[in-house]
Amino acid sequence: MTSSPFPILIVIVPLISAFFIPIIGWWKRNLCYPLVILSLFFCTLFSILTLNAVIQNGTIHYYLGGWHPPWGIEYVVDHLNAFVLAIISFTSFFVAIYSKKSVEQELPDKIVFFYAVYLLLVTGLLGIIATGDMFNLYVFLEIASLAAYALIAIGEDGAPLASFRYVIMGTIGACFYLLGVGYLYIVTGSLNMADLSELLPKLYHSKVVLVAFTFFMVGIALKMALFPLHTWLLDAYTYAPSTVSALIAPTMTKVGAYVMIRVMFTVFKPDFSISLFPITSILGWLAVAAILFGSIMALAQSDLKRMLCFVIVAEIGYIAIGVGIANRMALIGAILHIVNDVFMMACLFLVVGAIVYKTGTRNIYQLRYLHRKLPLTMAIFVIGALSVVGIPPLCGFFSKWYLILGAFEAGKWVFVAVLLVSSLLNAILFFRVIENIYLEPREPSYAHDGGGPEAISIDEAPLSMLIPMFVIGAGIILLGVFSGKIIDVVIQHTIPPTI
Amino acid sequence: MEGVYSISPLLAMLASLIGAFLILFTGEKNRNLREFWTILASVITFSIICSMIPIILNGKIIEYTIVNICPGVYLQFRVDAFGMIFATLASGLWIAVSIYSIGYMRGLKEHAQTRYFFCFAIAIFGAVGAALSANLLTLYMFYEILTISTFPLVAHKESPDAIKAGRKYLAYLLTGAAFVLFSIGLTYYLTGSLDFVAGGFVEGHGSKNLLRLLFFTFMIGFGSKAAIMPIHEWLPSAMIAPSPVSALLHAVAVVKAGVFCCLRVIHYVFGPNVLSDLGVWLILAYFVSFTVIMANIIALTQDNLKRRLAFSTINNLSIIILGAALLSADAIKGSMIHIPFHGFMKITLFLCAGSIYVKTHKESISEMDGIGRQMPFTMGAFTIGALGLTGIPPVCGFISKWFLCLGAIEAKQIIFLCVFLISALLDAAYFFPIIYTAFFKKPVDINPHFDEAPILVVAPIVVTATFSIIFFIFPDAFLNFFKMATMATQNILGIG
Repeated sequence: MTSSPFPILIVIVPLISAFFIPIIGWWKRNLCYPLVILSLFFCTLFSILTLNAVIQNGTIHYYLGGWHPPWGIEYVVDHLNAFVLAIISFTSFFVAIYSKKSVEQELPDKIVFFYAVYLLLVTGLLGIIATGDMFNLYVFLEIASLAAYALIAIGEDGAPLASFRYVIMGTIGACFYLLGVGYLYIVTGSLNMADLSELLPKLYHSKVVLVAFTFFMVGIALKMALFPLHTWLLDAYTYAPSTVSALIAPTMTKVGAYVMIRVMFTVFKPDFSISLFPITSILGWLAVAAILFGSIMALAQSDLKRMLCFVIVAEIGYIAIGVGIANRMALIGAILHIVNDVFMMACLFLVVGAIVYKTGTRNIYQLRYLHRKLPLTMAIFVIGALSVVGIPPLCGFFSKWYLILGAFEAGKWVFVAVLLVSSLLNAILFFRVIENIYLEPREPSYAHDGGGPEAISIDEAPLSMLIPMFVIGAGIILLGVFSGKIIDVVIQHTIPPTI
Repeated sequence: MEGVYSISPLLAMLASLIGAFLILFTGEKNRNLREFWTILASVITFSIICSMIPIILNGKIIEYTIVNICPGVYLQFRVDAFGMIFATLASGLWIAVSIYSIGYMRGLKEHAQTRYFFCFAIAIFGAVGAALSANLLTLYMFYEILTISTFPLVAHKESPDAIKAGRKYLAYLLTGAAFVLFSIGLTYYLTGSLDFVAGGFVEGHGSKNLLRLLFFTFMIGFGSKAAIMPIHEWLPSAMIAPSPVSALLHAVAVVKAGVFCCLRVIHYVFGPNVLSDLGVWLILAYFVSFTVIMANIIALTQDNLKRRLAFSTINNLSIIILGAALLSADAIKGSMIHIPFHGFMKITLFLCAGSIYVKTHKESISEMDGIGRQMPFTMGAFTIGALGLTGIPPVCGFISKWFLCLGAIEAKQIIFLCVFLISALLDAAYFFPIIYTAFFKKPVDINPHFDEAPILVVAPIVVTATFSIIFFIFPDAFLNFFKMATMATQNILGIG
């Protein structure tokens, strides 16, 4: 058992910085941005070092204040959360770099508070992932949610109302989770995950434990926007400022998915959550509904950002279907999809932000000729879009591949069909947009004069936006090509051995 | 079979990929440099692939592994004789089409030329990658790259019709790809392996009915690209694309990749033993026989030259699959050499259609009275290609058809021999009127004096037509197509 201060540093660095930002911003506004970048850079660095250490030496433990578990709060970083930590901090770092111009344009007088809350949100997300304590997880869940409510509420018209709906739904979700924690504490007297997982097997037939587990699942399903509990997501993510959507959309729901996997397979053991409780088949069929509903509803949208919100609903379905199938291949697919989806959604939402920054519109039908104005941004959009469709060697294909293999192994042919149909629906969805951007319908004439679309010259997004988009886009390709390696080194260790 | 570990397959792939990005970054600013990259990339790709021929002829296979994708499956290249046939065809004809494209696109002052040349290079990248793939997953990856990169080419004109054709193309091919992915997943589930083995590797896995289902989902999937009826509709619609693209679709990469994949599945996933055991080869053979005859009958009714050629392609693709499905040595050999030979002949015909369009803007056969007087080189080459597809010596089409007929006799399937012969008769019935129109009818609105298309357009046509004749006299000339097809056949049937 190795001990290392990194798990706590990953959480503390953005937390402390969040406190300093208003002070420094009061003195000099321009220093906020560098401070955010600096703190998130260290955060990313620490989480990558942690990942490396976990790969080398196995699970890392850190006892807060030196109190040993189960009395004190413990941070546990194993392969699963080391990997998710690295991805989330990496993404929030690059979204922060990207934020500069977009925030200056959309929220010119709120920059200081924006960055303070931004860091709090990142703190919350990283805390949820790093902690090994059920109640501590709830605390971070609330930090992240409150920060998210605030960030969403500062968006365009309709955002305060959307945020209010999110507050209500999010609070209900958090309450369910907290009730679950309370019930478990009543029967076991412990809040530590590792401790719980040892105490619980004796109590698996207790009604209290069953109810607690149900509460957990409902609460988490709300937080991760699993169909039919996704309704808060659509308005909230659509009306939020571009940068906020680019951070929240990829990360929040995926962290929810992480918590679900953690609760189902660490706190409770697979033989409870798979065999004793019908949760996996419920999850599987809800996921089918989520995938079909999300993809089909996305077809009906003309607002690009709202369309992507429905795509998220479908993508969450992918993760849930993997957990629902609950065999080795499918879980590899689900965990791989958590990571892939963070990158794909970050990529697409960043591109949407850049489009809004440059043109002020998100309507799919007004994007014509954009490839002449923003050639690089549009190329990155195509990469993200093709990845969601599932074209190899982009990363979206590989999670789908493992999910399909898992479904075959479980004999669930309907799920295979749904996964394939959904990639066709995604193809319609994204090629509709790509066609609108790239193709320039015209009557067949063979002598083109100089006017018309040819006159549009390149007017790319600023470099501070392009670089993050480019990095995430490259990440989509690399995650795809090296997915075999990632599974070998990391993901296969995250699958519970009894599966 | 002895394996040689070599980086050549990767280099060949990188040449076309890097070439594509050089084209993109050079852009419209410096057109000559951009075209130079196209030619350079095509020549380098072709030479690297040719450099592997001697090793293959020595009975070895070339392997190169990039990364592990999932347990037991690698992103891997394995070059065998069959893959080599398709790789040399695709990369060799790329050179011809590139030169032709430059003349064609500039001659018509087409828009978005950078996108055109970029997508073209990526399409070739996909086709060569599919040819060199070692397993189904690698094959699927390049197959999808090919599908996506051809979409902008099909929709190139960006007229409402062209966009519709592009959508149709994607709808058919992506649905096909979903079937393919289903089949690949099922194969992996049943066998735990995806590596191609000459003679198949599914034997002894899964129940007979499951294997039958697997075979048909594979055929529906890859058959969508090979334009087997009734999933052929996208191909005639895609004729709206510029002529060099049609040439790419028909002769070089796209539909040939479909046929190539079908043959891979028939011989390298299932293998003759399993197929005759399951009895599915006969069903497939009857199915494609219908396409063979029906496509030719429809071709008779087409007045648009490119559409007529499109149905001729559908006919020939199904002939190739029919030959493969007969499972006899000569039929397999015949179907394999028909891939490159049909490529050379069909590219000649499409380039001719393009050449006529560049010069006269005519697309209908009924308007081409006496065009042979204005464009003797073009129409001369057209005649050679048409004779070849009909199966008349001294053009290479005769050789492949000869072996296909021998194969049908060897398999004791006289009915399929009749299919081959009737199809040849129908070929004659729709090609000869064009030749007659071109040379013997009096010009109506055609300039009766010599006035050929630009040299960059005519030169590739003459070259490919010449090759079509050379391959009749020496089927092994330069690229050893015949020897490689023989080797591949022996490996599949486990003889020699």
